[in-house]
Amino acid sequence: MQLKLLKMMVRIRSLEERIASEYSSQEMRCPTHLSIGQEAAAAGVGLALSKKDVAVSSHRGHGHYIGKGGDLKRMMAEIYGKETGCSMGRGGSMHLIDREVGFEGTTAIVGNSIPVGVGLGLALQAQKRKNISVVFLGDGAVEEGAFYESANFAAVRNLPVLFVCENNLYSVYSPLSVRQPKNRQIYKMVQGMGIKSIIADGNNVEDVFKAVSKAKAEILKKKQPIFIEMPTYRWREHCGPNFDNHIGYRDEKEFLRWQKKDPIKIFSNKLLKNKSISQAQLEKIYLSVAKEIDEAFDFAKKSPFPKLNLSESTIFAK
Amino acid sequence: MKKQRIIPFSKAINEALHFSMSNDKNVILYGLGVDDPMEIFGTTEGLAKKFGNDRVFDVPTSENAITGVGIGASIGGLIPVMTHQRLDFFLLAMDQLVNAAAKWYFMFGEQRSIPITVRLIIGRGWGQGPTHSQNLQSWFAHIPGLKVVMPSTPEDAKGLLLASIADKNPVVFLEHRWLHNLKGHVEKKAVPIPLGKASVLRKGKDITLVTMSYATIESIHASDYLKEHFNISCEIIDLRTVSPVDYGTVFKSISKTGKVLVLDTGMKNCSISSEIIARIAEKFWGKLDKRPEQLALPDFPEGTSPALTKDYHVSAEDIIKRVLFMSDIKSKQKISLERQFPHDVPGDWFTGPF
Repeated sequence: MQLKLLKMMVRIRSLEERIASEYSSQEMRCPTHLSIGQEAAAAGVGLALSKKDVAVSSHRGHGHYIGKGGDLKRMMAEIYGKETGCSMGRGGSMHLIDREVGFEGTTAIVGNSIPVGVGLGLALQAQKRKNISVVFLGDGAVEEGAFYESANFAAVRNLPVLFVCENNLYSVYSPLSVRQPKNRQIYKMVQGMGIKSIIADGNNVEDVFKAVSKAKAEILKKKQPIFIEMPTYRWREHCGPNFDNHIGYRDEKEFLRWQKKDPIKIFSNKLLKNKSISQAQLEKIYLSVAKEIDEAFDFAKKSPFPKLNLSESTIFAK
Repeated sequence: MKKQRIIPFSKAINEALHFSMSNDKNVILYGLGVDDPMEIFGTTEGLAKKFGNDRVFDVPTSENAITGVGIGASIGGLIPVMTHQRLDFFLLAMDQLVNAAAKWYFMFGEQRSIPITVRLIIGRGWGQGPTHSQNLQSWFAHIPGLKVVMPSTPEDAKGLLLASIADKNPVVFLEHRWLHNLKGHVEKKAVPIPLGKASVLRKGKDITLVTMSYATIESIHASDYLKEHFNISCEIIDLRTVSPVDYGTVFKSISKTGKVLVLDTGMKNCSISSEIIARIAEKFWGKLDKRPEQLALPDFPEGTSPALTKDYHVSAEDIIKRVLFMSDIKSKQKISLERQFPHDVPGDWFTGPF
């Protein structure tokens, strides 16, 4: 599993870095929210789940889609606005879906997918399935009414739902200090709602993996939702490919402090040090991932654009 | 003549729910008070007892989340029917309705439609006032990806609700509170009525009245009076579904009568009636006998006091006067229908409070 976790993080990082490097060519014509720096949560959660567990996420959802096993080619085709995209070019970067692997979609309005994920939990409960529904959200979504309503609903109906809250300290450019009271710990507040809540190191992929594996078992056994807060950090700008430490809403020192906690570097160094992996193996991982990414970009670029279809069949199912 | 089976509109809704839940075990029903002693004006009678708390349940006061929960549950294979006792409270759920339910099928490349039915009760009068009575059908009709249904008769209420629940797409089902006690013939068996098809409720040759929901009832009274006193024959087209509108049936009738009056239970600005008038103007420019007319609420909130609602709503008298005007009849006759009850209730069965 360690190698899988590492490779997954490398896959997410490399793909997003490739998006960043090609973004300026103006071929990916949609807002794109990169999660570089936050790969541990996406990889650790995704790999702790089975294909039959379902998940939904938000605008910053590339990592969650990939972590759950989403198809890279169809993801890149979607971001390039192509007909072969996972949403036929209609949704773009913020509307990724791969139902084959239980990834039921990312949506663009903050907090919007939270009740949808809870509803997926209601269906799992009704069908007496041994699976859970995972709702990825950020610290900003915790400020939306939809979060409280949904968490309350999950608690009162004992739904098999895992809330994964990546707290990356910022909502767009607004720091937590202007959004939530000083000294609040999100997971403790949620605990007060009657939901078991824990905190895991959002930059430590093994910590995330263990916490989620344990939480899944407990959700199914005790028939109750769980909330996990994962502190982490967004390295790049809110929306777009660039670093933005120079514009003044956060300071360089904070960024450097978090960059030292790079989830990939920390984990690969650990594996190298305890000889779980050799330098050659590590290079092989990067090479193999680079090939996957080349193929995904190639597929996306070569795919045709969709044609505008204004027939009713595009908005209503028969 | 076949024996009539007369039941109230609320019972017709109830029969559609009973049938749908028996017919498909994936159908669930929830909303504030669905299993309380009031049983949503009788519409949910006996459902909780018959189908149990897993399928029929009361919920937290969280309109937005429970709408999203319905969306998620439907993706997971359930068929949720949600009930809100007033449309006005459901406005808290517009994000889930507009950004999620209506968009899901389109924005995820036609992979999963959202088969939910949202029952909203609309109304008027008896002090419901500015925030307990709004007829906002045009809000929903403006959103592609939603179907908006407004039944007028008990038979249609049953058939349209059956079709709404069976539909694979999100349906907003608007029940007018003043119709719940309206009685009429309803088939015992379940006969779904296709969405998007208007009905020709009365055949006529002189003028077309396009109606919806409670406005249909006023139009029937007006039509009877016009026939009796002025020998004017009205063709009543009851829209049944206000999105999509069945323009084919509307246009066919206008081609025959050459005159059209469109009624709406909501406010005039950006209304269903104003949209229909616009489409008629585009299609029939210069070909009508009279300019197309509409009667809707003023662009002003409904007040609470009975003194403020008396001349606010569109009555049968208003319809009669407008039809006479369109027919070039100047009558000195005082138009007065024999109403046995105050203006702000649908009948003597309604004594409040909501």
